[in-house]
Amino acid sequence: MIAILDYGSGNLRSAERAFATAGNDVVVTSDRTIALEAQGLVVPGVGAFAACMSGLNGVDGAAIVRERLAKERPTLGICIGMQIMFSHGTEHSDTAPHAGVGVWDGTVSQLAAPILPHMGWNTVDVDLDSILFKGIEAESFYFVHSYAAKSAVGEMQAWSTHGERFLAAVEDGYMSATQFHPEKSGAAGLALIKNWVGSL
Amino acid sequence: MTLSVRIIPCLDVTDGRVVKGVNFTDLVDAGDPVEMAALYNTEGADELTFLDISASVAGRETTLDVVRRTAEQVFIPLTVGGGIRSVEDVDRLLRAGADKVSINTSALARPQLIAEIADRFGSQVLVLSVDARRARTDSGFEVTTHGGRQSAGVDALAWVEQACALGVGEILLNSMDADGTRAGYDIGMITAVRAVSKVPLIASGGAGSLEDFSAALDAGADALLAASVFHFGVHRIGDVKRYLGTHNYPVRAVAVR
Repeated sequence: MIAILDYGSGNLRSAERAFATAGNDVVVTSDRTIALEAQGLVVPGVGAFAACMSGLNGVDGAAIVRERLAKERPTLGICIGMQIMFSHGTEHSDTAPHAGVGVWDGTVSQLAAPILPHMGWNTVDVDLDSILFKGIEAESFYFVHSYAAKSAVGEMQAWSTHGERFLAAVEDGYMSATQFHPEKSGAAGLALIKNWVGSL
Repeated sequence: MTLSVRIIPCLDVTDGRVVKGVNFTDLVDAGDPVEMAALYNTEGADELTFLDISASVAGRETTLDVVRRTAEQVFIPLTVGGGIRSVEDVDRLLRAGADKVSINTSALARPQLIAEIADRFGSQVLVLSVDARRARTDSGFEVTTHGGRQSAGVDALAWVEQACALGVGEILLNSMDADGTRAGYDIGMITAVRAVSKVPLIASGGAGSLEDFSAALDAGADALLAASVFHFGVHRIGDVKRYLGTHNYPVRAVAVR
């Protein structure tokens, strides 16, 4: 069973349907026990870094993610759900950066690009050992974001470019994340979801 | 690693049915928006836009159901516009499965609505739809209402700049002079709006020949919206993408699976 963490961040229906279409039992939940025990946990997210962290903390989400990883239970962050896994984010912060969950050390900062948000379909430069991108290395995925991580973390990195190079996806043991929205990336996105579920 | 240009078919929907002429031979029911959305997805649309032109509350409720059913089957971004007047209206559409909403008249009446929606859901959900035409204003372009029949009394470039400052995430620029003519997008208008905005720009109105699509991109559009040329099968989405790809514009290839 796949749990999609409901922490008040945007529309979860697309994620729910996409994971169900990929052939899984899916539950959208903010229940701590269900989120902890699920075979796979998805942390989606739409909105600003600080607002999402606040929502995540409201359901004890940071602790759930840390405990899952300590217990070797797979977790997947999507979009802001990837960004808040880093230690810091500068979105809407005039002074010190906001604190994230801190699975990875690094700062999520604004892309240096003439047109923002980075909105639309982009390709990724994928490590050949990737689990998520197996068989779909050359496909395009749907991005909507203005901020991103720009330094390598984890074991496998996929990179994309908009104004500058940024992390499009990471695989790091039991923690995986995509900056793009697989649930909005058509057949390629569904294939990526199947790859992740197949690895659980 | 290059961002593809987006090809976006637009469907006018009222009371749960697609209106304006739609002429597709391979549809069982040419009036069903969910079926059309699925077909355009298969053909390689990069996003879909529904414009709700329902006049009644019941019609708008039906649109929520259309959005819901579409989002369950079609896994590409969906923008819904028409009749959105409040943060609550946006919330209902996003919960039904829309990824973005486009606002127009209500933002003209009360620009602060832009900031309210952006603060609550983020700029990335908010498309400002601008119905503009050539006129004797400061920039030479003015905003219109009522499908281009009335002047809103607002300069189009000034409005775009104000809306960007308030937090819109994208501009949908509809040329009311070019709309429905199939004589080409209004290139001068696209160039002018591009110069004053740093958010993605969707060109709309006037698409006819394949060259029209590339001309709009050359003028600075990031995405291309069209309705009748797709609905009537003048061009398939694949034709447009093949043409653009051949001329070295970045397009998303749609793999056959």
